Amino acid sequence: MVAGCGGDTPSVLDPRSDDARRVEGMWWVLFWISCAVVAVVTGFLLAAARRRRAELHVDDQIDRRPVSWGDRFVVIAGAAVPGGILAGTFAFSLVVLNDMGSGDRNLEIEVEGHTWWWEVRYPNGAVTANEIRIPVGETVELALPTADVIHSFWVPELQVKKDHIPGADNRLSVVADHAGRFRGQCAEFCGLQHAHMEIMVEALPADEFDDWLQREAQPAPEPDGADAADGRRIFERASCAGCHTIRGTSAEGTLGPDLTHLANRETLGAGVVPFTPGALDDFITNPQDAKPGVSMPPTELTPDQVDAVVAYLTELE
Amino acid sequence: MTATAAPDASATTTSTVERLEAVWAEPPGLGSWLGTVDHKRIGLRYFYTGMAFFVAGGIESLLIRTQLAGPDLDVLGPEGFNQLFSMHGITMMFLFAMPVLSGFGNYFVPLMIGARDMAFPRLNAFGYWVLVASGIFLYSSFLVGRAPNNGWFNYVPLSGEAFTPAINIDYYAVGLIFLGISSTGGAINFIVTILKLRAPGMIVNRIPIFVWGELAMALQIVFALPALTLASVLLLLDRKFDFHFYDADSGGDPLLWQHLFWVFGHPEVYIVALPGFGIASAIIPTWVRRPIVGYTYIVIGELSVALIGFGVWVHHMFAVGLPNITLSFISLASFMVAIPSAIQVFAWLATLVAGRPVLRAPLLFVLGFIFIFVIGGVTGVMFAAIPFDQAVHDSYFVVAHLHYVLVGSAVFPIFAAIYHWGPKITGRLLNDRWGKVSFWLMFVGFNLAFFPQHLLGLFGMPRRIYTYDRDLGWGGYNMASTIGAFILAVGILVTIVNWFHSRTRGAPAGNDPWRGETLEWYASSPPAHYNFVTIPTVRGREPMWDQPELAGGAQPPEDGGRPLTEGHATLSTSMLDARPQVIVHMPHASVWPFLLTVALLVLAFAVLLDNWALSVAAVVASVGGLVGWYWPRGQTQET
Repeated sequence: MVAGCGGDTPSVLDPRSDDARRVEGMWWVLFWISCAVVAVVTGFLLAAARRRRAELHVDDQIDRRPVSWGDRFVVIAGAAVPGGILAGTFAFSLVVLNDMGSGDRNLEIEVEGHTWWWEVRYPNGAVTANEIRIPVGETVELALPTADVIHSFWVPELQVKKDHIPGADNRLSVVADHAGRFRGQCAEFCGLQHAHMEIMVEALPADEFDDWLQREAQPAPEPDGADAADGRRIFERASCAGCHTIRGTSAEGTLGPDLTHLANRETLGAGVVPFTPGALDDFITNPQDAKPGVSMPPTELTPDQVDAVVAYLTELE
Repeated sequence: MTATAAPDASATTTSTVERLEAVWAEPPGLGSWLGTVDHKRIGLRYFYTGMAFFVAGGIESLLIRTQLAGPDLDVLGPEGFNQLFSMHGITMMFLFAMPVLSGFGNYFVPLMIGARDMAFPRLNAFGYWVLVASGIFLYSSFLVGRAPNNGWFNYVPLSGEAFTPAINIDYYAVGLIFLGISSTGGAINFIVTILKLRAPGMIVNRIPIFVWGELAMALQIVFALPALTLASVLLLLDRKFDFHFYDADSGGDPLLWQHLFWVFGHPEVYIVALPGFGIASAIIPTWVRRPIVGYTYIVIGELSVALIGFGVWVHHMFAVGLPNITLSFISLASFMVAIPSAIQVFAWLATLVAGRPVLRAPLLFVLGFIFIFVIGGVTGVMFAAIPFDQAVHDSYFVVAHLHYVLVGSAVFPIFAAIYHWGPKITGRLLNDRWGKVSFWLMFVGFNLAFFPQHLLGLFGMPRRIYTYDRDLGWGGYNMASTIGAFILAVGILVTIVNWFHSRTRGAPAGNDPWRGETLEWYASSPPAHYNFVTIPTVRGREPMWDQPELAGGAQPPEDGGRPLTEGHATLSTSMLDARPQVIVHMPHASVWPFLLTVALLVLAFAVLLDNWALSVAAVVASVGGLVGWYWPRGQTQET
């Protein structure tokens, strides 16, 4: 129950980094203090209920005796004790705040929020979308620009959230204890498909990460076979290239995600459907089915043309 | 104006009643229906209208909960969902909570302070008509499928022209500016009434705590609402006339909206909570048969929450990237604001434990309020801690917290008030057994609906999403929450049915069925048009318990009762020690507040639709309405 109902639950209570552990530790302190307060108040409510009389009579005697302990009780239980607890908790929270985000940043990654996907840019020219790979154990600094409205980057197991604000240069430090996948999603209402703006952070051992980063910066592989070659030609000449970039081709559009190494991604549409050739076919044919309201319109290509494009794109590893 | 009225020794009670009835009764007919200035009729209208919007907001929430009951459901699409959650928030805050709580205030503040009406009766009527008009205005957006769809908080740039060009947002901005007129006018009315119209002898430390709660609410409204009005005006300028207040590319700042909204928005939640606290402080003494413990601390607590509540707004913005030093000041204030609330909670607990509680519906709802509000309060303290806030901000943990504090401190006290004061309003008792059934259904349903949402937030579920994946592990908690919401709805329905049934078929209540301590029980049930046969002189905090001569409903002149039968009058007294100063003559029914509202409604639609010619005409008509309203009527007004 504490960690959620399965490995896929992105839980604040399942920390995978020092900062996330600080937050989780803070949660338990707050939780137990809160339980104590609620227990005390409930105790008084039950004590009052025990003193109950069954009926109210209009000629009941009104008890005008002053409550000798009343004022002292209110001041001590209502002000002094809570004041002390709150002051202590405040101080504790500042200590934790001060410890957050420490660690030398070795790598800066730009994660630009779009409606409704994430553009991920690395210093060496690698550009991808929605999936962020980082090296295990190294502190990465995420720059958080936005292309349009306010978004918020939240991967609960790794870090607290931070908003992408137009005009601001917000930064978030992220580090993962161990290799693995960490799920998150946009946490600031950003319009129609705010619900479908998933983030997947994958931490790789350092050498695997270096290999991946180097490959990701390479241009797209050449098409293998006639079908895929057709697909590339269609992609470059149709409206696809107006919005999407595939590095190494003439497609240089910047309105939609970079598709240079699309075949390595696990999902389409920032998590709305798993990536399979069939799903890609459907998505290109009419993305409005899977994610109504996205900027990508239904295709003008024929089904055969879509098949060719899918054949090409599924090779882009 | 005449000086202190000498007691009218020659009037018998019967002829006094006849004269008061003749002066104060409002004749039947459309003129009176449109033009009534009787605070009781207006207060009751606020109550019914507010409760109708409560049902609307409730239906919106049940649709939301149905869509979220399981992963990937298709009950609502994203646009419908976004409009529903936005209107749910707007409806509950602006069209339910504030109107119903002001409605109880409208009805009971003059009664509790021994006055015959509010200080500005026509302004009072105007406030009600504007509420109805702005509610109609906002809900007309559903008819064209363009309800506000960016949340009740409406952040830019999403709500700007570039990203939401359609009129959804214009409905929001114009609607809230319009509604603000009602709240602000009402607040000014409460402040002046409470400070200047109290019965002789009701010195400052004898003022009923419910009245203090309404005063604290009103003071906050006067200072907070302008920030929302300004934010909305700047938004309309950006959207309609290409200004750039919120546009980062042109030197503006999206955070300006957030600051202005939350400078209003945080006090707003205390505007909703403080009258609820006042209701608890009014009900507990009666139902435990002893005066409240810690009166002075409670009053200081109410006013302190109102004041400190203006210093915490940035805690809604802990994730926007402001410097830690800034956040730390706000964090400290956010921790500290819990103390004046805690003072009140422990004063209530002390009173409950020192007295002999009778666990019937009014007190059950108060006990439920305390339990639920304290849970909301402790999660609120969690949010004051910056790192924890930054983890669960914008998640279902917030949704859980806000419902615990708002349903706790507004809905449960309102239902307590329905059972406690219903008999005063209708003259008949509600069915207490059904009241208990309603309470338990609401209590169990509410906790089942909202407790799991704390877990959902901790498990990573953001707010304001119309659906979620099945492999996230959120489905079970969401289903539990949905079931709880429906149980809560049934509980609410039980009280609604109870109210309408008891109105006509409940047992007669008499003036004072509970033997209450404050002056509303001095009046009959329902109160006469003129409230009391004589305006009383009070000598303590619990006049109905201490002054037996009040029991007959007509304090005799030798004890300080003033018939004040000459004209439509009430008594104005000094602010601190309530010494009689002046007789105030009240206006009779007037149709001008209604007419002015109609002109403003036309203006609202004209601005919404960019029809500037019609807007100018509506402004001219509004000025005409004001002229008609204020046109001096000479001696005829003084009878």
